[in-house]
Amino acid sequence: MKSSMKSRAYPLYFAGGALALYLLFYVLPSVMGFYYAFTDWNSYSSEVNFIGLENFKLIFTSGAGQNYMHFVRNTVIFTVATILLKTAIALGLAVLLTNGIRHLAYFHRVVMYLPAVLPMLVVSLVFKSILNPATGLLNTFLRSVGLDFMAQRWLVDVNWALPSVIGVDTWRGIGYIMVIMIAGLQAIPKDYYEAAAIDGASAFASFRRITLPLMMPVLTVTTVLNLLYGLKVFDIVFVLTNGGPGRATDTVYTAIFDEFSKGRYGVATTLSTLLFLIMIILGYFVIRLMHQEAEE
Amino acid sequence: MPLRRMQTLINHTLAAAVSLIMFIPIYLVIVNSLKTKAEASSMSAGLPTLLQWENFATVIERGKLVTAFGNSVLYAVGATLIGTTVAALAAYVLSRNRTRFNRFVYFFLIMGIAMPTNFVTLMKVMQMTHLINTQLGIILLYAASSIPFSVFLIYAFISTIPRELDEAAIIDGCNPFRLFFSVIYPLLTPVLVTAGVLNLLGIWNEFLLPLYYLNSSAYWPMTLAVYNFFGQFQADWSLVSADIVLTILPVIIIYLFAQRFILAGMTAGSVKG
Repeated sequence: MKSSMKSRAYPLYFAGGALALYLLFYVLPSVMGFYYAFTDWNSYSSEVNFIGLENFKLIFTSGAGQNYMHFVRNTVIFTVATILLKTAIALGLAVLLTNGIRHLAYFHRVVMYLPAVLPMLVVSLVFKSILNPATGLLNTFLRSVGLDFMAQRWLVDVNWALPSVIGVDTWRGIGYIMVIMIAGLQAIPKDYYEAAAIDGASAFASFRRITLPLMMPVLTVTTVLNLLYGLKVFDIVFVLTNGGPGRATDTVYTAIFDEFSKGRYGVATTLSTLLFLIMIILGYFVIRLMHQEAEE
Repeated sequence: MPLRRMQTLINHTLAAAVSLIMFIPIYLVIVNSLKTKAEASSMSAGLPTLLQWENFATVIERGKLVTAFGNSVLYAVGATLIGTTVAALAAYVLSRNRTRFNRFVYFFLIMGIAMPTNFVTLMKVMQMTHLINTQLGIILLYAASSIPFSVFLIYAFISTIPRELDEAAIIDGCNPFRLFFSVIYPLLTPVLVTAGVLNLLGIWNEFLLPLYYLNSSAYWPMTLAVYNFFGQFQADWSLVSADIVLTILPVIIIYLFAQRFILAGMTAGSVKG
């Protein structure tokens, strides 16, 4: 078709609805963020004054009690830990359900994916009760099998709170990652394994020499998905600990909400805008990657 | 070979153990939703001595769950219909007519997959447009939030529909609307179901947007009702569990019926072929 015919057959205004909603609710707030990041916008006064780089200074120099870099550190720890845990466990389970067992494999896949379709709110509330130090199921179980020393004060202990949140998030996230990996494993031709077995390769050798290299593209995608999720993590922390105890589990997004609810809109917007910049740079690479995969 | 049998047995045990761990929270809310307040106080795994079915009647009445259920259905279905339709229209023209500009628009739209929401300035936008604390506002917000991923999914699918169909329809004198709605739209059914189910579940499960942009409790969806109910009755896990069961029941039913479509969407774009 000629290009003039094409634009007549496929008029651009068909994209108008999607573009309008997207521009209004996604792009406009993000663009406005760049302006308000330089102001003292807050809920106590109707006046909005330009204050230059004050908000950025506040965030990067982190004064008494308000240690913003601490949230960044928590976010990075959360992201790296969940990427490693989810990838390792999900890959193990994917291999187990693809090559390890034949019967019931589909049943197990359906059950293991289940946490991913539950509301984060529900998952967090139920785990709040499971992790209750005195009455929760986890500690009750550990005590009943004589592992009292392992029973911790999970979400209320400053040192255990972040690992507990990471644990709950891993529980919820592995099913999703596992399903993607199973699709990847199924795409690997069976003959490779048969040839390796004839050559006398051990299970571990064929995992290292066949599975891992051929799974690299899939592992890249799952890592990226986990990365985008980890940096934006909010609701699971919000419901499980709301950043506590103290500020032990505060992440970038919970810090934004904290500022927001205190009425310090300027600081909240500045944090949001910084996160936006990081995500957009990452997002650019991610989308190139996903697009490439989909096109091939 | 006994060694091999042993290995199979270990594998099955391992898979069963993991599945059990994945299922425990659901099991917990189901058994505790049928216990008395005292029995459910520690959210233990034991079975109820006497089934307390009236817990459900209590939460439906006290949690105003009939209204909340209606709201959730309205938001999830409304936003899914709007979001998926505008996404399909956009994905269609952008995929069929790949000019330099259209490719840019496509990338610009799917950039939203990575973009974080700025809740603070979004509040300002909601106020400016008078959509704050309105049901229409929350529907449009959810529809907008579903667009990037839907466009991504549908765009890839449209490339698999032969262009000859379009050409034949144009020669037969179809205008752009008829071409899309009578020829293309029916062929998109599988991907529209996938995108639709994913959006529906995502919106049903979400609770932050209503928490911040809907003040009137009459507009609250199921999840927010649970959140609020938990605040009020924190000590009463039997009622909170009953409320949770009612909230996740539709999700689990949809999941079990549509798992093939969900799994298809989850793996799209991550794995080739």
